[in-house]
Amino acid sequence: MGDSSDVIVVGAGVVGAACAYYATRSGLSVTVIDRGPVAGGTTGAGEGNLLVSDKEPGPELELALLSTRLWRELAEPLPLQIEYEAKGGLVVASDPAGMDTLRELARGQEKAGVLAEEIPADRLAELEPHLAPDLAGGFHYPQDAQVQPALAAAHLLRASDARIRLGEEVTGILTATTGEVTGVRTATGTVHAPHVVNATGTWGGELAQRAGTELPVLPRRGFVLVTEPLPRVVRHKVYAADYVRDVASDSAALQTSPVVEGTPAGPVLIGASRERVGFDRTLSVEALRRLAAQATALFPVLAGVRAVRAYAGFRPYLPDHLPAIGRDPRVPGLLHACGHEGAGIGLAPATGALIAGMLSGGPLPLDPAPFSPARFVGGAAP
Amino acid sequence: MARTPSELVRAEPGPPFEITVDGRAITALPGQSIAAALWCAGVLAWRSTRGGGRPRGAFCGIGQCYDCLATVNGEPNRRACLVPARPGDAITTQEGHGRAGLGV
Ligand SMILES: Cc1cc2nc3c(=O)[nH]c(=O)nc-3n(C[C@H](O)[C@H](O)[C@H](O)COP(=O)(O)OP(=O)(O)OC[C@H]3O[C@@H](n4cnc5c(N)ncnc54)[C@H](O)[C@@H]3O)c2cc1C
Ligand code: FES
Repeated sequence: MGDSSDVIVVGAGVVGAACAYYATRSGLSVTVIDRGPVAGGTTGAGEGNLLVSDKEPGPELELALLSTRLWRELAEPLPLQIEYEAKGGLVVASDPAGMDTLRELARGQEKAGVLAEEIPADRLAELEPHLAPDLAGGFHYPQDAQVQPALAAAHLLRASDARIRLGEEVTGILTATTGEVTGVRTATGTVHAPHVVNATGTWGGELAQRAGTELPVLPRRGFVLVTEPLPRVVRHKVYAADYVRDVASDSAALQTSPVVEGTPAGPVLIGASRERVGFDRTLSVEALRRLAAQATALFPVLAGVRAVRAYAGFRPYLPDHLPAIGRDPRVPGLLHACGHEGAGIGLAPATGALIAGMLSGGPLPLDPAPFSPARFVGGAAP
Repeated sequence: MARTPSELVRAEPGPPFEITVDGRAITALPGQSIAAALWCAGVLAWRSTRGGGRPRGAFCGIGQCYDCLATVNGEPNRRACLVPARPGDAITTQEGHGRAGLGV
C-alpha cells in the first residue's frame, strides 16, 4: 500500500535524513514527512562543523566521536557537493589562564580518544597565517571536520531509499486502542507505520505534545555573519576558548564568542551567538556587532572585507544539553531523535545509527541510556 | 539612428569626463553608473567567475544579482551598476573574488 511503511520519520533536517539513511540500510521501509522543504529548518541555518573539540568528556563526546567516524565513512559514497572537509579545528586562548583551561579540557578529552596537540604561541602562524599575533597559544584538533549542512542532509536523504513527502505537516499521531502508534495524521491525509521517529528538531516539543507526551525542547537563537567570497584565508575551524564555556552555559542572555571558518564556496562564516528569545527572527544588530568585532580581533584581515549577509537559526535546546534519542516511555512506537542544540549536524549520523539499531533490533553502536527521553517524561523507557 | 535613453528624456548632462578600464580611457557622463559607462563604451564583461572563469558583466542593473562586480580604484567586489562613475576612476577587470592576495 502506498501510504504505509515500517517507519515514519517526521522532519527532513539532517537528523531525520540520517535516521532515514541508517533505517533503510538496515532493511526497513521508511517514509520521511516534512511540512517544509528538505533542510528548511535549523539544518539550513547552521554552519556545518563536525566537532569533537568543543565537547567535555561524557556521553555527548562519545556520540560526537562515533559521528566523526561515520561522517568520514559517509563522505565516500555521498557526492563531493556535501563539501566534506577534514580540516581540523584550532582553539586559541588569549592569555595563560585560558591556555590552562584548554590544557585541562584536552587532557580529559584525550582519555576519551580525542586527538589534541598543544600549539605554542610562536607556532600559531604556521597553522593560521592571518591569526592575530598576540595570542597565548592554542590546541589543534585534527578530528574536527566540516560539511555544507543543507547539501549533506539532502544527499543523505537521496542516498536513503526513503519515500519523501514534503510540504505536509504532521498534525497528530494515530494510535490503536491499546495505545500503540499506527501512523500519523497530516494536513492532507493519513500515513501508516508501527513506528514514528520525531526528528522535528526545535519543534520536537510541539510534535511530542501532538502525540500526547512531552519533551522540553526550547529554541536557542544563533546568528551567522557571511563575508564576501574570499580565497582560503582561514584554514581550520578557529575559535576562542570562551566558546566552550558559552556552549555549556544555561543562560538565556546574549552570549557571543568568535568562531571563524572558511568554506569551499569562498565566504567566511562568522559565529557564534547564543540567546534564548523564543522564535523571534528580528535581526539583532548588537549580536552582529559583537560577532564582527570578535572575529576581526581574532583575524585582523577580516576588518578589510565586507560582510554581505547574516542569517539566524534556532538551535533545539534541551535543559541538560543532551539530545533525546530513543523510545518515548508513554507512547509505544514513538521514538525521539531531537534536541541536538548546536551540534546536530555533527551528531546526526550517530543518532541515525542508534535509532536504526533500536528499530531493527540490531546491535547499538553505543550505550543510549544517557540520551533516553524517559529522563524528561518520567518512568523508564521500555 | 537608434535613440538613446538620454535623448528620450531630453537629458542635458554636464560635460563628459574620463575613467579607465584596465588602463584604457573611456568617456562617462555625470550621474552615469560605472556599468552604464562601460556599456556605452561597448564593454560588456569585466569580471570572470570564481569557478569556471566565465565572463560576467551587468545582469539585473539594479543591485540585486551581484553579477556586475568590478574592482574600482583597487577595491574589489563593487557593484558597477550602483557605483556612480567619477572622474579618473580606475576600473580593473576582476578575476574571481578579486582577493587573491589574501590567500594562504
Ligand atoms: C547559527 C547556528 C549555527 C550552527 N552551527 C552548527 C555547527 O557548526 N555544527 C553542528 O553540528 N550544528 C550546528 N548548529 C545546530 C544544527 O543546525 C542543529 O542541531 C541541527 O540542524 C538540527 O537538525 P534537526 O534535523 O534535528 O532539525 P531541523 O533541521 O530543524 O529539522 C526539523 C524539521 O522538522 C520539520 N517539522 C517540524 N515540525 C513538523 C511537523 N509537525 N510536521 C512535519 N514536519 C515538521 C521542520 O520543517 C524541519 O525541517 C547550528 C545552529 C545554528 C542556529
Ligand atoms: S547588475 Fe545585478 S547587481 Fe549589478
